[in-house]
Amino acid sequence: MSTATERSAKERWEQEVAQAKPRPQPPTTVSGVPIEPLYTPESLPDFDYETELGYPGQYPFTRGVHATMYRGRLWTMRQFAGFGTPRQTNQRFKFLLEKGQTGLSTAFDLPTLMGLDSDDPRAVGEVGRLGVAVSTLDDIRQLYDGIDLEQVSVSMTINAPAIVIMAFYLANAQNRGLDWQKLRGTIQNDILKEFHAQNEFVFPPEPHVRLVIDVIEFCTRHVPQWNPVSISGYHIREAGSTAVQELAFTLADGFHYVEQTMARGLAVDDFAGRLSFFFNAHNDIFEEVAKYRAARLLWAETMRHTYGASKEASWKLRFHCQTAGCSLQDKQPEVNLIRVAYQALAGVLGGCQSLHTNSMDETLALPTEHAVTLALRTQQVLAYETGVTNTVDPLGGSYFVEALTRQMAEEARRYFDRIQQEGGVIAGIESGFFRREIAEAAYAYQRDVDAGRKIIVGVNAFTEAEEKPIEILVIDDTVEKEQIAALRAIKTARSQEEVRRHLDAIRRAAESGENLMPVLIEAARARVTVGEAMNAMADVFGRYEGAAKW
Amino acid sequence: MTTPPIRIVLAKIGLDGHDRGIKVVARGLRDAGFHVIYAGLWQTPESVVRTVADEDADWLGLSILSGAHMTLVPRVLHLLRTAGLEHVGVIVGGIIPESDVPKLLDMGVARVFGPGTPIPEIVDFLRSSPRRTPTPSVS
Repeated sequence: MSTATERSAKERWEQEVAQAKPRPQPPTTVSGVPIEPLYTPESLPDFDYETELGYPGQYPFTRGVHATMYRGRLWTMRQFAGFGTPRQTNQRFKFLLEKGQTGLSTAFDLPTLMGLDSDDPRAVGEVGRLGVAVSTLDDIRQLYDGIDLEQVSVSMTINAPAIVIMAFYLANAQNRGLDWQKLRGTIQNDILKEFHAQNEFVFPPEPHVRLVIDVIEFCTRHVPQWNPVSISGYHIREAGSTAVQELAFTLADGFHYVEQTMARGLAVDDFAGRLSFFFNAHNDIFEEVAKYRAARLLWAETMRHTYGASKEASWKLRFHCQTAGCSLQDKQPEVNLIRVAYQALAGVLGGCQSLHTNSMDETLALPTEHAVTLALRTQQVLAYETGVTNTVDPLGGSYFVEALTRQMAEEARRYFDRIQQEGGVIAGIESGFFRREIAEAAYAYQRDVDAGRKIIVGVNAFTEAEEKPIEILVIDDTVEKEQIAALRAIKTARSQEEVRRHLDAIRRAAESGENLMPVLIEAARARVTVGEAMNAMADVFGRYEGAAKW
Repeated sequence: MTTPPIRIVLAKIGLDGHDRGIKVVARGLRDAGFHVIYAGLWQTPESVVRTVADEDADWLGLSILSGAHMTLVPRVLHLLRTAGLEHVGVIVGGIIPESDVPKLLDMGVARVFGPGTPIPEIVDFLRSSPRRTPTPSVS
């Protein structure tokens, strides 16, 4: 074919496009990025397969972190669960394992997430509501009772008091005679995104990060199969960020942890392979896929070239994925099932290692067993019926997806530069940089929705005059009383003298800068509570409210 | 003569840190000409009522996504009455199960706005509600 004919084909197409009546809104991604009508080889100047994509399981891992991806092993289906007392959540865990779930994921209640005991006056009305209440080692014992912790991998979504909960988990494992070397799981332990987005922090940023690093350091030495941090963009996105902001801020946080851990004297290759990530799966399938692919590429190149990591494991960005809670609507809630299915598809096309699918009723309350089962079934249909697992990175080589991946990586690099100009991640937190960026994006999005520039089915289009209510889960009000009574009994039964001694030891370790894990594990055994341990640390670190203001 | 802007205190109450919605509402109301006082995160019923009094607010908007609304909202309403601030209208936003909405309205909440509420709907509601003046105290 002559070039003249090719050019005329392109010209003909361009002419047709110019004459066609466009939709009233020029198409953009969920994040507002304009999208071209067509992508062709011209969209990828100087594209080089070997350097930009390579082979899955090999640097730069754009196509995936494993050579065979889901042909070898499916992602872990891990539904986040937790409510009420540890006993109730333990039953939900067993229910989920029976239904075919392959890993556990623990949701803690707000008092626990904020480092408060169930009997703290600030916890009134919130005990066991959004997750399980945990104040002592006994709560952790009941929570995982009868579950084989050397076989089932356990994820714990907790941040501000992560080090205390991790100490409880390890003390409990020891009491059960389990080998720390064999424990598998993840503790979220990512305080930086709390300051950016989720607002569950207690201490000022610097000592808080120190605790994150204490967990990384301790686990690197003693719990080698554990992921001591899950560097999370999920909550940044939920707070209203764009996809690029989610990507860039998360990786910037990751780089900060790497630098701080190296500053402790650990060699990068000794811990980097255990750093894990957690991303959102929002509505825009291709934008999300490009985000995950760009994340792998950027992480690999920075770990290799900036931090000098030489092991392949240190270059690999492994991630958990959760469908976007913020995309769910309370109008026509069953439609959420459909949203979740497409979002899950994006996560899988993007090569996630584990996945949580939200339940359709989560804008109304915690999910019912029926809703949770449907959410899990969504993953099973995806895994076993749709064929998306048959080949690695099925969207790789799409002109569109490759162009978006490139664009996403470039924009993230620009954000890295801006964060540098702000003086780094901690300075950016203190100046409110991250929060401002996210709030701007959230407001812009809402204005687009309010103006009808973005369509939300059932909300600003295709509405129903009458909504059919769906069944929702009601948390029993007796939970709080029951939990407080149990906690008081433990507090009375323990040796107060011993508790005082442990709290002093925590304060001393906090002050001296030594790793706090060993003293916290000892304190756990003496039934020091989450709230007491946090208060002891606050005596040394102080409390932080800076970012709580507008 | 122009009427002074409607004054509204917005607050996150309890431990719940989900502040995307309330910050968007704060921005939207401010852009619509309201005088917005955002009290911030982790407010207690006591601190919120104090802010309402200090700021001489016409409205109080509470955002709760933690499920603790049936504990926290009645306490706020009670404290407002005790402080002689029953003229202050209270609106609630967040994750509120349908079955709790009538209960909150019965207690004296003016309106509950669920997720996905367009900002103009909140603006229209606040503008169209008559401004209530403090009841003169009987002595």
